[in-house]
Amino acid sequence: MFVLVEMMDTVRIPPWQFEMKLNDSIAEELNKKLANKVVYNVGLCICLYDITKLEDSYIFPGDGASHTKVHFRYVVFHPFLDEILIGEIKGCSQDGVHVSLGFFDDIVIPPESLQQPAKFDEAEQVWVWEYETEEGAHDLYMDTGEEIRFRIVDESFVDTSPTGPSSTEASTSGATEEVQKKEAPYTLVGSISEPGLGLLSWWTNS
Amino acid sequence: MEVKDANAALLSNFEVFQLLTDLKQQRKDSGKHKQSSGQQNLNTIMYETLKYISKTPCRFQSPEIVRDFLIAMKGHKLTKAEKLQLLNHRPMTAVEIQLMVEESEERLTEEQIESLLQTLSSILPGNPEEELQRQATMAAEEEGDPE
Repeated sequence: MFVLVEMMDTVRIPPWQFEMKLNDSIAEELNKKLANKVVYNVGLCICLYDITKLEDSYIFPGDGASHTKVHFRYVVFHPFLDEILIGEIKGCSQDGVHVSLGFFDDIVIPPESLQQPAKFDEAEQVWVWEYETEEGAHDLYMDTGEEIRFRIVDESFVDTSPTGPSSTEASTSGATEEVQKKEAPYTLVGSISEPGLGLLSWWTNS
Repeated sequence: MEVKDANAALLSNFEVFQLLTDLKQQRKDSGKHKQSSGQQNLNTIMYETLKYISKTPCRFQSPEIVRDFLIAMKGHKLTKAEKLQLLNHRPMTAVEIQLMVEESEERLTEEQIESLLQTLSSILPGNPEEELQRQATMAAEEEGDPE
């Protein structure tokens, strides 16, 4: 679920940090910039792994800060397709089951990827697997807070970087845009339509 | 910023766990240094990721255990990704193996799955119930100690 990503960046160190070791202050700056952020098409950044190369530092006219080109490796959360993960159900809605890993929340299991036959219980706002046995159907509820094992089947990155005020049209439709909810930059799509997947309690032999 | 290789290597949960634990300790030791200001993002992600990984079997692993595991897996003809998942999840049932190993019906016989499960449970520590019990008894002993 975690990968190592090689990156390169130019880091600006303000003069009041010159008392610190260069490596330490660069590590601080890189973590300040990247930790807990999603990089487009890369994944959710966790923390710096190591610095592989430091190039020469430069001071530009008019700025007392030093600029250093750094090659480094970062720990990133980016599960591969078909990977199995365990998370916790955060809630259910018409769109499917929402799952959280604690540090990452944007995981959804759409209705067609649930164990079939599944139905949405409007009254309790919860998805139910109508598990069929010889003695009739059993309703297995997918309650909030339960641990769930699922397979990653798709991922999508949304470029959430701000766009400039592009056209005059934007000013008229501005009100509706504000209503639009904030989009998640990185979303994972899961599936539990296989034996062994779903709530952990469904598959423990007891 | 430039991404040179978006997938330089896969990391096991254990490696991330160790890295984060070390980092946390290091930051604690350097103490009330002013460097900790403006690092809310790092602190949040470190705390939440550690919380998640601490629930997985990797918290009982060590470099030696991982090495033994990889040596033991040599004979099973599994891919890197499959071994990684076995290490991260420590499956205890055949159905879990079938999930993590692609086309397991064709590649593994029932006996092979059975022996794989045996190897996993003997090499990798962290039978949830056993460990919980062990921790509980340890905690009880500590509490019982007269200071």
